[in-house]
Amino acid sequence: MQGTTRKKIAKRQWKEWGEGYLFIAPLLLGIFVFYIFPFIQNFWFSFNEVNKFNVATFYGLNNYIEMCKDKELWSALGNTLLYVGITVPVGLMLSLFVAALLNTKIRGTSFYRTIYFLPSVTMSAAVAMVWKWIYNEQYGLLNAAMKAGGFSPHGWITDPRTALFMVMIVGIWGTVGYNMIILLAGMQGISRSYYEAASVDGASGICQFFKITVPMLSPTIFFVMITSVIGGFQVFDTIYMMIGKANTAYRSTQTLVMIFYRNAFDYGHKGYAAAISILIFSIIMLVTVIQMIGQKKWVNYD
Amino acid sequence: MKTSKYKKLLTHLILIAGIGITVLPFLWMLCTSFKTKGESMMIPPTILPERFVTEAYYSVMTALPFGRIYMNTVFSTVITVAGQVVICTLAAYSFARIKFPGRDILFLLVLSVLMVPGQIFLVPQYLIVQKLGLLDTLCALFLPNLFSAFGTFMMRQFFLSLPDELEEAAILDGCSRIQILINIMVPLVKSGIVALVIFTAKFAWNDFMWPLIVNTTTTKMTLAPALSTLQGQHTNDYPAQMAGAVLAVIPMVVLFFVFQKQFIEGVAHTGVKG
Repeated sequence: MQGTTRKKIAKRQWKEWGEGYLFIAPLLLGIFVFYIFPFIQNFWFSFNEVNKFNVATFYGLNNYIEMCKDKELWSALGNTLLYVGITVPVGLMLSLFVAALLNTKIRGTSFYRTIYFLPSVTMSAAVAMVWKWIYNEQYGLLNAAMKAGGFSPHGWITDPRTALFMVMIVGIWGTVGYNMIILLAGMQGISRSYYEAASVDGASGICQFFKITVPMLSPTIFFVMITSVIGGFQVFDTIYMMIGKANTAYRSTQTLVMIFYRNAFDYGHKGYAAAISILIFSIIMLVTVIQMIGQKKWVNYD
Repeated sequence: MKTSKYKKLLTHLILIAGIGITVLPFLWMLCTSFKTKGESMMIPPTILPERFVTEAYYSVMTALPFGRIYMNTVFSTVITVAGQVVICTLAAYSFARIKFPGRDILFLLVLSVLMVPGQIFLVPQYLIVQKLGLLDTLCALFLPNLFSAFGTFMMRQFFLSLPDELEEAAILDGCSRIQILINIMVPLVKSGIVALVIFTAKFAWNDFMWPLIVNTTTTKMTLAPALSTLQGQHTNDYPAQMAGAVLAVIPMVVLFFVFQKQFIEGVAHTGVKG
């Protein structure tokens, strides 16, 4: 009697386990084939030379040594850091500012929210094309406005000194709305009672923003910061569309992901590209860890 | 009282200025797309088209197999979304609600994929697709994207938020897990599925680097890389470029205006969870 019930329970458990494995099987299969195996293979490739016919020959640490000597790569790293270093804080401040404005009792907030969100649903390749047209040296809208204002026209994205900044504007324009929505949701979660108490004590709006909103919102700000940094390191679409290989500003806007792409799929140096991708991964990891450590100083979770 | 009125006015003024910057590129794209090539290069530029023409749209259609490219994009987006919804929901349910040996370590494995930038996988993924003989086919467009660590993670959060008692009665009644999932759980995580559909559709429609790499024949392309081809072919035909951009952007914009509440709530949710 007892034996059969135990058998029944065992049978039920096997069934349960079986179903558990069955449900994750498609995902796990895909994740193994297209992500975990590639991760390992990519690591292996970084120690190999992979030629045009995709035959790998062991190359030791040469890809990494080459990387250290590659001036183009170092300048790409500099460009990428500059891009992240400017777009993240500026984008964050702008989205905080807009979110704070929308968190007041004014009419039309949902209208504003919707419009501000628009750039983040539209195709970055298309948007980049439009901005490129706006920045056009001869016929672009920006130079027309400059001329109307009495300034001389400028080759915004052909001048190596300005090109990267013009790309940054597009990057910021494309992400402010998205981050604003996340921050606004966080702000709306802060209890009104804090503000009421502060108002009674006579604290001004700006004071309340820095003394209540920012500290209470710090976990959300931190989240937005982390995701923006990761996104910033991987900027590709806009630069690819706006700055062609023949552009005089090509070198000064080349980012790590761009140099990775060129090596892997243009020049046929897949082994070297694999090593670059490891570099990108390591830098993102390093920066994320630094932020994680740094957050203890300013993020409060209670 | 008066100051608060001025404050409100100022707030509106700032917000409207922001709207101007946000919308201007879209308006300029639309205006240019209805101009003739000659008018687009006038100095100073005209704002609204003097002569409203659809010439640019015709030249886009003839320059590229645009209808075909459009259908490719729709196809790849629909398959990616449908595949992810099925695969992620099944796996997320199992990870969240079924106990089996090795579950947590397997979930951690899936999660680790989220922490790695996409470039790490790209070269081997390309070689796998090539080995399968799928380069320059519609299959290549969606293959790796069917399996999403992010989607699984998000759906799992939704399943975890449901109370345990829901399934117990059904299990005692002898329902199978798949019945429970379809009949009881899916209706309860509908908002999660909607969010997943929106995120995935947006991603698949706008994705650039992967389709650029795998499919190089114009008849097998999706819209985003096709715009790059268009830009290369019609370097000085700005109305044609803008017409291409308009056509590429419209479906997501329409989808966004129809489902704006779900779009915005989906995004707002990610921050609160994070």
